[in-house]
Amino acid sequence: MELLAFGKTGWGDELFYATLMTIVVSVTAIFIGFFFALIFTPLKLSKFKSLNLIGNFYTTVIRGVPELLVIYLFFFGGSGAIMYVASIFGYFEYIEINAFITGSMAIGIISGAYSTEVFRGAIQSIDKGQFEAAKVLGINKFTQFYKIILPQMLRLAIPNLSNVWQITLKDTSLISVTGLVEIMRQSYIAAGSTRDPLFFYCFAAILYLMLTYISMKIINRLEIKYNRGY
Amino acid sequence: MDFDLMFTSFPKLLGATVVTLKLLSASLFFGLIIGLLFAILRINKNIFINKFAYGYSYLFRGTPLLVQIFIIYFGLGQIEYLRSTFIWVILKEPYWCAIIAFTLNTGAYTSEILRSAFQTIKPGIIEAGKSLGIPNKIIFYKIQIPIAIRQSLPAYGNEIILMMKGTSLASTVTLMDLTGVAKYIISTTFKPIEVFIVAGGIYLFMTFIIHNFIKYLEKKYSFSQ
Repeated sequence: MELLAFGKTGWGDELFYATLMTIVVSVTAIFIGFFFALIFTPLKLSKFKSLNLIGNFYTTVIRGVPELLVIYLFFFGGSGAIMYVASIFGYFEYIEINAFITGSMAIGIISGAYSTEVFRGAIQSIDKGQFEAAKVLGINKFTQFYKIILPQMLRLAIPNLSNVWQITLKDTSLISVTGLVEIMRQSYIAAGSTRDPLFFYCFAAILYLMLTYISMKIINRLEIKYNRGY
Repeated sequence: MDFDLMFTSFPKLLGATVVTLKLLSASLFFGLIIGLLFAILRINKNIFINKFAYGYSYLFRGTPLLVQIFIIYFGLGQIEYLRSTFIWVILKEPYWCAIIAFTLNTGAYTSEILRSAFQTIKPGIIEAGKSLGIPNKIIFYKIQIPIAIRQSLPAYGNEIILMMKGTSLASTVTLMDLTGVAKYIISTTFKPIEVFIVAGGIYLFMTFIIHNFIKYLEKKYSFSQ
């Protein structure tokens, strides 16, 4: 228990901040994922074959390739790509992007592929009559999407999005390989310096269990909220 | 684009694919046995057995696979007692540690898939068997299990693909699987995109094969023949 003390003697405060980091990265990543899903879902549902192809390419590649490989691509290729873009604009200095941005971008793109599939499924299961009714009433496309389709879609999407959230949360453990100090990295450091890996990795497992348990409770609340009237 | 690198790294990556496939097949084989065992425990009416099986699947589905591998590879070696027994022969090898972690992980997911398959079997089918005077044991082995396996094929196909992606984590415990070799080539040549295309292509190809194989099985064993 001394190992978990706060302050200089123990690893309590370090692990606490690491847990916060895991939460922050997961939340950032899932929102980046939603952003990608909002771009790629319309592409997948589009009438044009070529746009469909782009959407399908994104979801198939990302869901068929290991997360770790994608993270390595971002970790090793991230600053190179940025420097290449910068060199076009006449900037030739070395640019290093920090682990947080690389990590949350990589996890965000992965979770975006899963979110896209969830959104696509949810939109497709909304009754066609809803779209037609909105059209007949002369509601413009924007209001139709935000006031009619989105609320109905969320109700259907939340159970599956909760899976995506759990996957994203667990995937953040992989960005420890880039050196970002989240739960896994901090446990690795602590295990290395105290020579007590069993204790710290088990504690990390408990922290992850706690996070998944709490998020499950919150998501259940949301589900009840969006199921009003059903 | 460095096409030369892509050509020279392809055979190396293909060699590493063998390690990935070995890990995958071993963990799927043992995982299916464990999954079936725990699925049967889950539908047991005894509350303690039931809760034990639920606890197992909750524990392994609620934590990242990386933590599980690290606990088994770095953590278990710390227990002095284990080091003196014959188990240590297995546990000191990263290869076996990875297989144990993957097996336990996929076992937890498989048990959930099979459990839901058992629970969706129509009671009428079991009743029909009973009314024909078939003993309970034979109903279970000859009727319930085949139907459950058929029911769970699509979900199990997804699990196989997830597990294939999961084997990439073996590279974190010094195993040179497809991802491990890809990382090694990237960090020595600093050409991430080329290596990613080749290694990702191999992974996608395996996903494609698994996906179609499961589709074929689904068609072969569909009810409406």
